[in-house]
Amino acid sequence: MHTLSLAAMRTALDGGEFSSVELCQHFIDRIKQQNEQLNAFVCTTEEQALRDAREADQKRASGDISGALHGLPIAHKDIFCTDGVTTTCGSRMLQDFVPPYNATVVEKLKAAGAICLGKTNMDEFAMGSSNENSYFGAVRNPWDNNRVPGGSSGGSAAAVAGRLVPACTGTDTGGSIRQPAAFCGITGLKPTYGRVSRYGMIAFASSLDQGGPMATTAEDCALLLNEMAGFDERDSTSIERDKDDYVSSLGNSVKGIKVGLPRQYFDAGLDASIEAGLQQAIKELEKLGVEFIEIDLANQHLSVPAYYIVAPAECSSNLARFDGVRYGHRCDNPQDLEDLYKRSRAEGFGREVKRRILVGTYALSAGYYDAYYLKAQKIRSLISQDFSQAFEQVDFILGPTTPSPAFKIGEKTGDPVEMYLNDIFTIPANLAGLPGISVPCGEVQSDGASLPVGMQLIGNYFDEARLLNIAHQYQKVTDWHTRIPA
Amino acid sequence: MQWETVIGLEIHAQLATQSKIFSASSTQYGAAPNTQANAVDLGMPGVLPVLNREAVRMAVKFALATNAEIGKRNVFARKNYFYPDLPKGYQISQMSLPIVGSGKVSIEMDDGAVKEVGLTRAHLEEDAGKSVHEDFHDATGVDLNRAGTPLLEIVSEPDMRSAKEAVAYAKKIHSIVRYIEICDGNMQEGSFRCDANVSIRPVGESKLGTRSEIKNVNSFRFLERAINYEVERQIDILEAGGEVVQETRLYDADKDETRSMRSKEEANDYRYFPDPDLLPVEVEQELIDSIRNTLPELPDARRARFIAEHELSEYDAGVMTSDRYTADYFESVLENSAASPKLACSWISGELFSRLNKDGLELRASPIDTDRFSQLIARLHDNTISGKIAKEVLDKMWSSDDTADQVIDREGLRQISDSSEIEKMVDEVIASNPDQVAEYRSGKEKLLAFFVGQVMKASRGKANPGELNKLLQEKLKA
Repeated sequence: MHTLSLAAMRTALDGGEFSSVELCQHFIDRIKQQNEQLNAFVCTTEEQALRDAREADQKRASGDISGALHGLPIAHKDIFCTDGVTTTCGSRMLQDFVPPYNATVVEKLKAAGAICLGKTNMDEFAMGSSNENSYFGAVRNPWDNNRVPGGSSGGSAAAVAGRLVPACTGTDTGGSIRQPAAFCGITGLKPTYGRVSRYGMIAFASSLDQGGPMATTAEDCALLLNEMAGFDERDSTSIERDKDDYVSSLGNSVKGIKVGLPRQYFDAGLDASIEAGLQQAIKELEKLGVEFIEIDLANQHLSVPAYYIVAPAECSSNLARFDGVRYGHRCDNPQDLEDLYKRSRAEGFGREVKRRILVGTYALSAGYYDAYYLKAQKIRSLISQDFSQAFEQVDFILGPTTPSPAFKIGEKTGDPVEMYLNDIFTIPANLAGLPGISVPCGEVQSDGASLPVGMQLIGNYFDEARLLNIAHQYQKVTDWHTRIPA
Repeated sequence: MQWETVIGLEIHAQLATQSKIFSASSTQYGAAPNTQANAVDLGMPGVLPVLNREAVRMAVKFALATNAEIGKRNVFARKNYFYPDLPKGYQISQMSLPIVGSGKVSIEMDDGAVKEVGLTRAHLEEDAGKSVHEDFHDATGVDLNRAGTPLLEIVSEPDMRSAKEAVAYAKKIHSIVRYIEICDGNMQEGSFRCDANVSIRPVGESKLGTRSEIKNVNSFRFLERAINYEVERQIDILEAGGEVVQETRLYDADKDETRSMRSKEEANDYRYFPDPDLLPVEVEQELIDSIRNTLPELPDARRARFIAEHELSEYDAGVMTSDRYTADYFESVLENSAASPKLACSWISGELFSRLNKDGLELRASPIDTDRFSQLIARLHDNTISGKIAKEVLDKMWSSDDTADQVIDREGLRQISDSSEIEKMVDEVIASNPDQVAEYRSGKEKLLAFFVGQVMKASRGKANPGELNKLLQEKLKA
């Protein structure tokens, strides 16, 4: 049952092959068996899920199937606020925080009939590329338990890859959906900035954060995005624009589509095994009639430094609300107000979060603002211009999602900059606000383990439908996405 | 040495919107603590601000009323600092691109001098909550009802040279925001707050002296006193050879003094940057035009018209246009009573205002509406009653719902203008006071007032004074 895609499960539910209760119970059992090892979930909502599943089955029996995800199990990254269910954001600061409201994404998926099995682990406040920064412990990669699943949506990626749940929500600020999707061999889409509401999604860097789907196939991502996308009057940065039907266009031909290969993405530094996977994918796509041309994205090398000014600057301000006054962690016996602030935050936040708050505070300080924040914003414009020029020539840009396959737990924790460079291929799309998808395209052997390789396709603004279309067509002729960790 | 005072004001006007600037919570004053604070006002995780367009409209209205530039693309920025009544750890304000740019207003001094004061800018921002120190043993309470209330911070150039000018400017802004109905102007409730930047320099010096910023001034009277105190304090320091420190000072009305709150060194680095949760605000020309069409006649224009059209003195015109409600009241009385503007003005600013003052009421809350007051003035105008009787009638109307005519008829107060009736009374008075008549006729003309008084007494005040005077003089001459 768990090897099916979400779309296949839907057909099976419709055909009466199994019930929602059976389906949800099956995944709950798998979570119980495997989560101790993987640590992909920080909490499960078993009782509520089974109640919802029973209700879904009853409605189905009476012919009342309104939502596209009726009775299908999913899980939410623990960054999305869930009414009445603890939302920790991977932090001690919010260890016991129970929001009295749902994120828009949670609300919409619920309205579509999806059943939430629990909340997935993540790097604290979505800051990290390995899921080692969670207060609730590292998540393990189902392909090799000594390796990281990527981050920050590492819990979601590991849960889907391990088939503990068929699909999850994730968020992507600098690659946090695509990078773990690549490390875990699943499909993950970061939509155009503003396509999915950020309301109720705990902010890391507001101008970069974007929620999106993570599943085994592009088709499942399309099913989820159909429900997640749309304007939300509670989020001023969400875009007032009709959403496409991401499912109906999946079958379109991709013949004649032009894809750009940025020279800068294939230069030295790219792991040979990743390059081999990409070359093979290019061949498969050529067979489908896709045309490839080389392009330039001249300012790509500036994206990591620019990102590590903009994101920490916004985070330093966004995380100021966690002050121990109204909710969240408060230190014991504060002596005075300053002591309350200092100790609550010192105890509540982990090392990486503190590092970024400090960097961001510095970058915004009087006398440094122009040299850092303003300059980073200018670089951001340059990077967007590079993409705009590229999209005059091509429909999509193809490249690696990550420089290497999943690394070992503890391997990069000593060197933050090396860790940051993991996002070198994913960050540009965030800076420009473009949609990007990571699709499994190969496997490499490393230390006796088989590790997935991901390719990234970046599209123009609001081109998610075509992005999912090309990914789906690719998956129809390949089987990397169907492989399950041993 | 002769010192020159230099003052600039920062005025926070609370905009009269129904809901907060970034959330749907009510802005109503005086509710139980934290009953008007939703998830956005509380700065809960993941929630986002959504701009209340009404606040934008009001700011644009202010710009139009002060001939100020409009920031057609203005940007909200975060002002970062920690305080318990600031839930998000930052205040959403505007920094480099405010909604209102430079403008100017003119102020009139008591001696009739007119002076222009420059507006540097005005920007939109959210108010913070309130820390409550009473009622909590060894702790501080936080009330977030006020958090997120829209404010327009109006910053002037350092153009004022005395406390009196500063007060005249503050009153002018107060009058404008009330005229255009963007702020209720209630200073007790904190809807209109002034901070004063005060410095002094030797007369003739062009460089500005070091300033101090006085906060917490909640009445015009206190503003004047706080500035005067501060000027004296700075003069004392400089004349003793010291230096003024740039700092924020609080005005203590009870002690009538200012005291240091924090120095420049202790000031926060607010780390302003554009708020990524809010888009830049585009103010379309269409919106500006539609707001311009709703703009009422402004105080300066109305004052000029009252002088030209109603022939009021400058002083009277100033009083009648001090706020929009008074001006509307005055014009409504004129229209309904057919009385002369001078008569209407003197009765409004005299009899009506003194009674309102006594009861501590605003004109808006007057027990006598314009209809009833107009009728009273009409009866004065058509000589149905004298001024003296009118005061009596007004008193009776004050404590009842009666119209002027109802009181006049019931009490039989109608003025006697029939000369034969008055003549009869005059004859009686002359006949019964032969000694005074003799004295008058021998040249003691001051006694006329005595005879007027006697006849008035006999008529119970109802005799038409003009008619009475005329008849008395004729009869006494004979």
